[in-house]
Amino acid sequence: MPADIYLNVAVSGLLTGLVYGLMALGLSVIFGVVRVVNFAHGEMMTIAMYLAVALFANYKLDPLVMMVPIAVVLFVLGYLMQRGLISPFINRPEHSQFMLLVAIALIMVNGLLIVFGPDAQSVQTSYSYDSFMVGRLIVDATKVYAGAAAVAVAAALFAFFRFTLIGKAIRACADNYAGALVVGLNVKSLYALTFGIGAACVGAAGAMMAVLVDVTPPLGPAYTLLAFVIVITGGLGSMPGALLGGLLIGITEALGGLFFTPSAKSMFAFGLLVLVLLFRPQGILGKRPS
Amino acid sequence: MSELLLSGVPRRALVLLAALLAALVAFPLLVNDYFITVLILILYFAYVGQAWNIMMGFAGQLSLGHALYVGLGAYAAAALYVHFGISPWIGLGASIVISAAAGAAIGFLAFRFGVAGVYFAILTIAFGEFARIGFDHWHWVGGSAGFFLPVANYTRNDLLYLRGSPTMFYYLFLGITVAAFVLCHALLRSRAGYYWLAIRESPEAAQALGIDIFRYKMYAVTLSAAMTSLGGVLFAFYYNNLFPEQVFHISRSIELILGPIIGGIGTLFGPIIGAFLLTALAESLHEVMAAFGIDVPGIKQVFYGFCLLLVVMFLPDGVWPPLARRLGLGRAPSKRSEG
Repeated sequence: MPADIYLNVAVSGLLTGLVYGLMALGLSVIFGVVRVVNFAHGEMMTIAMYLAVALFANYKLDPLVMMVPIAVVLFVLGYLMQRGLISPFINRPEHSQFMLLVAIALIMVNGLLIVFGPDAQSVQTSYSYDSFMVGRLIVDATKVYAGAAAVAVAAALFAFFRFTLIGKAIRACADNYAGALVVGLNVKSLYALTFGIGAACVGAAGAMMAVLVDVTPPLGPAYTLLAFVIVITGGLGSMPGALLGGLLIGITEALGGLFFTPSAKSMFAFGLLVLVLLFRPQGILGKRPS
Repeated sequence: MSELLLSGVPRRALVLLAALLAALVAFPLLVNDYFITVLILILYFAYVGQAWNIMMGFAGQLSLGHALYVGLGAYAAAALYVHFGISPWIGLGASIVISAAAGAAIGFLAFRFGVAGVYFAILTIAFGEFARIGFDHWHWVGGSAGFFLPVANYTRNDLLYLRGSPTMFYYLFLGITVAAFVLCHALLRSRAGYYWLAIRESPEAAQALGIDIFRYKMYAVTLSAAMTSLGGVLFAFYYNNLFPEQVFHISRSIELILGPIIGGIGTLFGPIIGAFLLTALAESLHEVMAAFGIDVPGIKQVFYGFCLLLVVMFLPDGVWPPLARRLGLGRAPSKRSEG
C-alpha cells in the first residue's frame, strides 16, 4: 500500500512539473535568445494567474479555455517590456539588467497586491474534485488537464521554432548575433518577439497553475526562483532541458514534501540545483557556455 | 600607515570626509529617536553594502545571497548569547568564523567547478534559500516561530552584552561603517585590490599575467562574508528578534545590494550614498503616504520600484561617479568596462 502513495504523489508531482516546465521554458527561451535573465518571470506568472482568477470570478470563464487569450495578453506585455525597457540594457553589464528587472518585478508584485489584496484567491471549477482511476493510481483531473495543456503548448512552441521562418530567424539570432545582423534580420524586433513568446509561455502556464494552487502576490518571487532552479537544472537556454528540469523539480518537490514536511519541499529543489551546479554547471541538457 | 592611507587623496575629499564624520558623530545630540533609528538603518545598509561591494565591486563576483552571511552571523551570536549567556563580542568571533567558512565553501565549490556569472549568482541564491528553509525547521534557534533575545534595557547601556539604547547602536554601526570604509580604501591600494580589479575587468588577462585568480576570488568571498556577518551580529542585538523568513529571504539579499548598485558599484562612497538615498526615499514615501492618509499596502513599494527604474535607466554607473565629478573629487576609483 505505501508504494501506491509514493507512486500517486510522484505522478501528481510529474503533472505539476509539466506546468513548471512550461513556465521555465519561457525563461529559457528568453535567456537563450535575448541573453537577459528575466528576474520578473514569476511575477509575470502571477499576473497571468490573477487574470485567470479574475476572469473566472467575474465571467465564469474556465482558466484552461482562457489560456489562449491570457497568453496573448502576456505576449503583448512581454513584447512591450522588451521594446520599451529592456532593449537599451542589452549591452549593459549583468548587474544592471538585474536591477532593471528587479525594479519591474517590485512594481508588478506590489501592483497585484494593490489591485487584488493580500488574501489567497482560487478557482473552483466544476471538475475541481474529479479524479481518474488508472489501475490503482488516483489522479486529479485538474492536474491531468493542466499537464496535457502544458504538453500541447510546449509542442506548439517546438514546432514554431523548428518549422516556421520566424522561428528559424529567432534561432539564428541566438546562434550568431553578428551573422543574423549581416543577413539582414531585424534583431531588435525579433528580440521583442522572443520576449513576447517567452511571456506567452508564462501566461499559458499561469492560467493552468491557477486551477492547481491558490494565488497570492508573494507567489511571484517564489516562482521566479523556482523557474531559475528549473532552467539551471535542465540547462539554461535548452528548451527540452527546461521541460525535463520542470519534471524533475515537480517530482522532487512532491516526494520531498511526502518524506519530510511539505514546508521543506523547496529545500529539495534547491538541493538538486546545488548538486547540478557543482557537477554539471551547464545543466543536464545544457551546452557548456564558450 | 596614515601616509599610505592618505597619499593621493584630494585635500578637498579629506575636508568633506572630516565634515561628514563630525556631523555623523554629532547627530544623536541633535535629533530625536526616530531619526536615530533611520540613521541606524542607513549605516547598517552602508556597512553591509560596503562588504558586498568587495565581492562584486572589486572582484566582480555577483552574489545575490548575502542574506546568508547576515543570517549566519546573527543567529550564531544570538544563539550563543541566549543559550549560554556568552557575550556577543565572543559570539562575534564564532559568527565570523562560521560565515567566512560558509563563504569559503561556496566560493571553493563554485570557483573550482568554473561556475561564474549568472550561474554563480543563482548558486548564491540557492544557498541562501537552503539556509532559510533549514533554519525554518531548526527548533534549537526557534524555527519558523522566530528567535528572540531578551529585550534591551534602554536606561542602561551594557556594551559588554550589547544591551542598550539606539544611541549606543548608532555609534557601534557608525564605528563599523567607518572601519569598513577605511579598510576598503586600504584594500583598493593594496596588491590584492589591484589583483581584484584585474580579475573583475578580465579574468583571462589577469590569469595570463600570473595572478592566482582562484585564490584572490576566494579572498574576496571570504572577507566579504566575514564582514557581512559582523553586520548581522549587530542587527540581531539591535532588533532582538530573528525570523528565518525575514533574515534569510532573497528580498533581504536584494535590499542589501540595492545601495551599492544605486550608489555606484566598485566605488567607496557608492554603498554609503546609495544606502542614504534608498532609506531616505523609503522613509519619506512612508511620511508622504501617511500625510495624505493613503493606506494601501504595496503602494509605497510601487513608487520605490519606479524610482529604482529611473535610476538604473538614467544613471547606469550609479549616483556617486557623476556626483564625484561634479564635486571635483577627481576620478572615482572605478569605471566599469563596457560589456
